[in-house]
Amino acid sequence: MDFVPQTEEELQRMLEEIGVRSFEEFLEEICPDLKCSPLNLPVFSSRPSESEGMSEPELQEHMRRLAARNVSLSARNSFLGAGAYDHFIPEVVSALSSRAEFYTAYTPYQPEASQGFLQAMFEYQTAICELTAMEVSNASLYDGASALAEGVLMALRTKGGRSRVLISSAVHPEYRTVLKTYLKGSAVRAEELPYEDGITALPELERLADDQTAAVVLQSPNFFGCIEDMERACQIAHARGSLFIAVVNPVSLGVLTAPGEYGADIALGDGQPLGNELSFGGPHLGFLACTESLMRKMPGRIVGMTEDADGERGFVLTLQTREQHIRREKATSNICTNHALNALRASIYLCCLGKEGIRRLAELNLQKSHYLFDRLGKVKGISPVFPSPFFNEFVVRCGVPLARLNNRLAKKGILGGVELGRWYPELKDCLLVCVTETRSKEQLDEFVAAFKEVL
Amino acid sequence: MEFPKELKYTKTHEWVLIRGPIAVVGITDFAQRELTDVVYVELPEVGKKVTAGAECAVVESVKAAVDIYSPLSGKITKVNEKLTDEPQLLNTDPYGEGWVLEMQPSNPSELDTLMNADQYQKIVEES
Amino acid sequence: MSEPLIFEQSRPGRMAASLPKLDVPEKPLSEILPQKFLRKNPPHLPEVSEVQLVRHFTRLSQRNFCVDTHFYPLGSCTMKYNPKVNEKVASLDGFAHLHPYQPEEDAQGILQLMWEMEQCLREICGMSRFSLQPSAGAHGELLGMMLVRAYHQSKKRSPTRVIVPDTSHGTNPASAALSGFKVEVVSSRADGVIDPDSLAAAMNDDVAAVMTTNPNTLGLLEKEIRTIADIAHEHDALMYYDGANLNALMGICKPGEMGFDIVHLNLHKTFSTPHGGGGPGAGPVGVRENLAPFLPVPLVEKDGERYRLNYDLPRSVGKVRSFYGNISVVIKAYAYILALGSKGLARASRAAVINANYLLSRLKATFSAPYGERCMHEFVLSASNLKEHGIRALDIAKALIDKGFHPPTVYFPLTVPEAMMIEPTETETRETLDEFAAALVEIAQEARANPESLHQSPRRAFSRRLDEVKAAREPRLRWKPE
Repeated sequence: MDFVPQTEEELQRMLEEIGVRSFEEFLEEICPDLKCSPLNLPVFSSRPSESEGMSEPELQEHMRRLAARNVSLSARNSFLGAGAYDHFIPEVVSALSSRAEFYTAYTPYQPEASQGFLQAMFEYQTAICELTAMEVSNASLYDGASALAEGVLMALRTKGGRSRVLISSAVHPEYRTVLKTYLKGSAVRAEELPYEDGITALPELERLADDQTAAVVLQSPNFFGCIEDMERACQIAHARGSLFIAVVNPVSLGVLTAPGEYGADIALGDGQPLGNELSFGGPHLGFLACTESLMRKMPGRIVGMTEDADGERGFVLTLQTREQHIRREKATSNICTNHALNALRASIYLCCLGKEGIRRLAELNLQKSHYLFDRLGKVKGISPVFPSPFFNEFVVRCGVPLARLNNRLAKKGILGGVELGRWYPELKDCLLVCVTETRSKEQLDEFVAAFKEVL
Repeated sequence: MEFPKELKYTKTHEWVLIRGPIAVVGITDFAQRELTDVVYVELPEVGKKVTAGAECAVVESVKAAVDIYSPLSGKITKVNEKLTDEPQLLNTDPYGEGWVLEMQPSNPSELDTLMNADQYQKIVEES
Repeated sequence: MSEPLIFEQSRPGRMAASLPKLDVPEKPLSEILPQKFLRKNPPHLPEVSEVQLVRHFTRLSQRNFCVDTHFYPLGSCTMKYNPKVNEKVASLDGFAHLHPYQPEEDAQGILQLMWEMEQCLREICGMSRFSLQPSAGAHGELLGMMLVRAYHQSKKRSPTRVIVPDTSHGTNPASAALSGFKVEVVSSRADGVIDPDSLAAAMNDDVAAVMTTNPNTLGLLEKEIRTIADIAHEHDALMYYDGANLNALMGICKPGEMGFDIVHLNLHKTFSTPHGGGGPGAGPVGVRENLAPFLPVPLVEKDGERYRLNYDLPRSVGKVRSFYGNISVVIKAYAYILALGSKGLARASRAAVINANYLLSRLKATFSAPYGERCMHEFVLSASNLKEHGIRALDIAKALIDKGFHPPTVYFPLTVPEAMMIEPTETETRETLDEFAAALVEIAQEARANPESLHQSPRRAFSRRLDEVKAAREPRLRWKPE
């Protein structure tokens, strides 16, 4: 396939018009010494010679075959969660976001040429503020984990002079790894708070938080699915003059208290559950919202409302002087992009659900997960691990080695849950089970039956 | 362009007015013209100690964010809170209502290193 | 005429979504959750029907320039055509509906793709190993700086400075500073490239890395790059390649053969994945063999015919994001590479360079071309010759919108006054380039004859010129209900 519109003759003519006889001659003129080895893409056993490239039908066939070597959730009864959630995505989300005017657009640096996308991002920011009950939101970051890192950096900038960060060990393990990676260049270390009964041990938070603490980070529902006492944790943080960062699941906010309601300074998380495909882990979407007083410390792109020369309402990227292309080494972050298209999908999704829909969706998740939890609780060989209230995920301990269990479940087309042993050695025989609104009663009962058979 | 005679100036386009033990600091007419419309001023904390030449505040326009460097060493005693709601004062009245901060200089001899109005005007006209 | 906000079109009781009925016995909420965990006030999300939703967003899409409708000669952005077939293949259910924590047996197809992609990128760049994890170019740079730190730490050294040329992208110093390095700027020579002598003067054992790109942001080839690399390596400073300008190099040269140790790529630039209004992109990072141990986990390995995720990297810097990267973006870039093949990639760079030189030849009489009449895939013009008429690069940009073109990058690089950085890419026809040149010539004439009209532009865009000062002074970042 070739997307260069000019023929070789046309290219040759253009060269002659600028006074060069051939491209080789041009290169000789510009960089006589820059000799390099020729470009020879590797040949893979999966396809024939590559130097010419594939025709469109060959490419589509090759990609179909590769995709067919995967087994997607469409062919499974899946109970996998752990930071990536299988929610139903209404067709309008894909139909609208796949319009070329959206996906082939560039960053709206020239606002007069990009009012559509700017308005869509302004609406996204508003929707996130409403969902989290916070005062300002940016136009998205890469994912929940990097959003957490950025949120912590924001807190450190705000509380200059303080250098401690306290983070619950019940926050998603990959998020904690990313935070530690980001902090490596600084003198700040993230200290972990232990959990008990599936939730953060708040007495430990009370003991450890001090006047050197810049940020306290809790996730709710946490990695185990348990709901944390965010209000109390926030009070403790504020009593020590620290900021409180809430990592949240956006769908859960249809029914659970929102960060703004319990006084969080920064609310963030991953917006993948809002209308975005799983796509083997990315692209997802980091959302970040904060109180008005922290507005100018917020990283990432931000859209603001203004007027044009005729007094008409319009939208522009604003507060850009914090960003890399202006402040360079003094920037609030080096972020140059947002996940605009994913934010657009999230916005369409939230508008699709609306005020009522997000509540009903959250309640569907809640009811179905608790139905499964109650039924599993009556199966011999399975026991719930934590007594704490939960949203749509919970942890169970099984009497048999997990490898064998999951193998036998897989043979029945069931993905039973995520094994926790890889991150929490003390939970090595435990599964994190997730139930979204996509699990029908039949699928839930099938899961219970399969367990009964296998255990 | 204005270069009030009673003020002292820095190469980095700040002005200083000595009022007894206090020094008032702001940015010059030349600086505000280069910046164009000021949208935000990040003021330092009262009580902060600064050294001559160190950054003490940030002025933002739509296209640039520029540091204000303290002309003298000392302690900041007052900041112009009005700039939070009316940053454009830096454009409309840079030598009057647009003052940025007041400080207590700790090293009076530093004043001798500053320029007078004629010297500063010469520098601006040459650039 | 503007489009109302979706919030303003909300009517109580309307809902577009169609949710399944609850098919399990319902328990009262009070039995499931303690009252204190329940949301106090519902979010005021819009209540609209599907028809309203579709009309609204369709109309918003019509108020937007895009590559599919407009020429975007944005320097260093490489706004080339986004092939439709890439969109199709990335959305195949076998790719799109895959959970990152599924067992590896379920994901052999995507792991194979990721592994093969790494092999392709290795060849294109002349590097040993790649991480596909970073979500954007800037993200890749951040990882690059972390790798620099890890490298020096492994040798028990802690150099504190990173050198960048004054023409560098803003993300370069920002990424370095974010990683705790002090940034030192080295001035370019009068001919626009890095002066090896200036670099040598700034080089010592406290320099951790030199961050640059080739060709540079002026579109000029750093001819002495190997000398520059030698100067850096003599002091064990690493050479970092900002891959934003790779579109000039495929089939011509490889960063690994120019002396670079770490490379980041922008799949949404060189490799045709769509910009999506600002993202998602992807910024894979490639390294020489000696830096591979520090790459983030996991890497993809091939054992016989099986592919797996390798987390066993004891000296890894950690992770820069959750899961494995922007996989659907990687899929699109992979499809692009396979579609073009080696010959196609080389042809793309060749045509990109020819298009840029041709366009420069059509414009150098109208504006000032500070660096001569030869360039690689992009070039910089200065509009300072029109300043006497009161016209600046910004006015030219807004006037281009009225003529149906997205403006080029303006006011960058910082070393050129009234800069306009122009990169046509290879997917534009000669006719488009001629039209664009003619439009700029007309604007220059207008600037001399009637400058005030340019201050009033744009007149035929989706809005008139917008008040960015007001937006920054009085930030209104969300809609509020009355």
